[in-house]
Amino acid sequence: MLKEFIKGLWKDNPVLRQLLGMCPTLAVTTTALNGMAMGLATTFVVVSAGIVVSLSRKLIPKQVRIPVFTVIIATFVTVVDMVLKAYFPQLSSALGPYVPLIVVNCLILGRQEAFTSKNPIHLAISDTFGMGLGFTFILIVLGSVRELIGAGTWFGTVIFPTGPAGFKPLVIMVLPAGAFITLGLIAALYNLINLKVKGEV
Amino acid sequence: MSLAAIFLSAVLVNNFVLYYFLGICPFLGVSSKIDSALGIGMATTFVMTMTVFVTWPLYYYIISPETGFNLPFLEYVVFILVIASLVQFVEMFIRKFFSHLYKALGIYLPLITTNCAILGMALFMVLREYSYIESMVFGFSAGVGFTMVITIMAGIREDMKYAPIPKIFKGAPVTLITAGLLALAFMGFSGILSP
Repeated sequence: MLKEFIKGLWKDNPVLRQLLGMCPTLAVTTTALNGMAMGLATTFVVVSAGIVVSLSRKLIPKQVRIPVFTVIIATFVTVVDMVLKAYFPQLSSALGPYVPLIVVNCLILGRQEAFTSKNPIHLAISDTFGMGLGFTFILIVLGSVRELIGAGTWFGTVIFPTGPAGFKPLVIMVLPAGAFITLGLIAALYNLINLKVKGEV
Repeated sequence: MSLAAIFLSAVLVNNFVLYYFLGICPFLGVSSKIDSALGIGMATTFVMTMTVFVTWPLYYYIISPETGFNLPFLEYVVFILVIASLVQFVEMFIRKFFSHLYKALGIYLPLITTNCAILGMALFMVLREYSYIESMVFGFSAGVGFTMVITIMAGIREDMKYAPIPKIFKGAPVTLITAGLLALAFMGFSGILSP
């Protein structure tokens, strides 16, 4: 059970290893806070959908499984969207259409297809929870780098004071191009660490 | 907003892939050959236009709080079901009546359901309150923009195969950085439309 949990964090990390769920990863990580919120929302959806799919795995006919998974996921996304709108209106408007887009996050559908529809509930929870946290981890890292360099702050706290003599934010980091390039460098670092561990570099 | 402005905005300035990060999965996954990139691009454009055709009336006559039956909680479920069934329908239709086109597009059609660009386009259509005609132009031009970028990317990647890339940058990292440079280049178009 622990093995299923750990693999999502590093070895089979959904973003860096499997390149899944790239749209929200790149789109909302202009700040660390947005990244964390998106990560946790996705974690909630993937774990809840995983529980339902795992419990009903023997009831769902194989031919219609994809539409059924999608409807289950869409239901939980609607729940997340309503909760965010009611209790965190600012966060909800910052994430905008990317909250409903969690429905088509291929990471979530991918886990149902590859894992939870074939495994009992306790394994399903640990697998999806690990994947969700691995996803959240990368979003926070990416959001932190972009927020620090692009605005000089971290989770909204000023780290590098801007001003005439102070830190000059690199605006490109919060623009789309910065997202691609930063994630590319993080993915290269991930490869480097993995190759170092194997002793190939 | 005029129709021409909607078209230019969706194709060049606020390109779906490079500005909104929608449809990144096929962009990174499929775009290694120009032919297949063009195929998936055309199939996506077609499904996007069809999606608008169906979801716009569904939203404004059934789901919408103002002009429909006030069922906003069904919005996402309905949209994703419409897209999934549309893809299925388009696949069957093309297989039956345009068999040579089916051979060219075949395997890419089912993949389109999980292309977030299509659901994203439907959501933007509602958020921006486009009229029926405006939505059709928006859906079509979003597809054209997607096709253009994915084809450009495929061309670059075909050439990149022979480039000496450092080992740690092979695969995803170099693709992402290339996409970043492409996004940087597309920022040059932002002057076309005044904000």
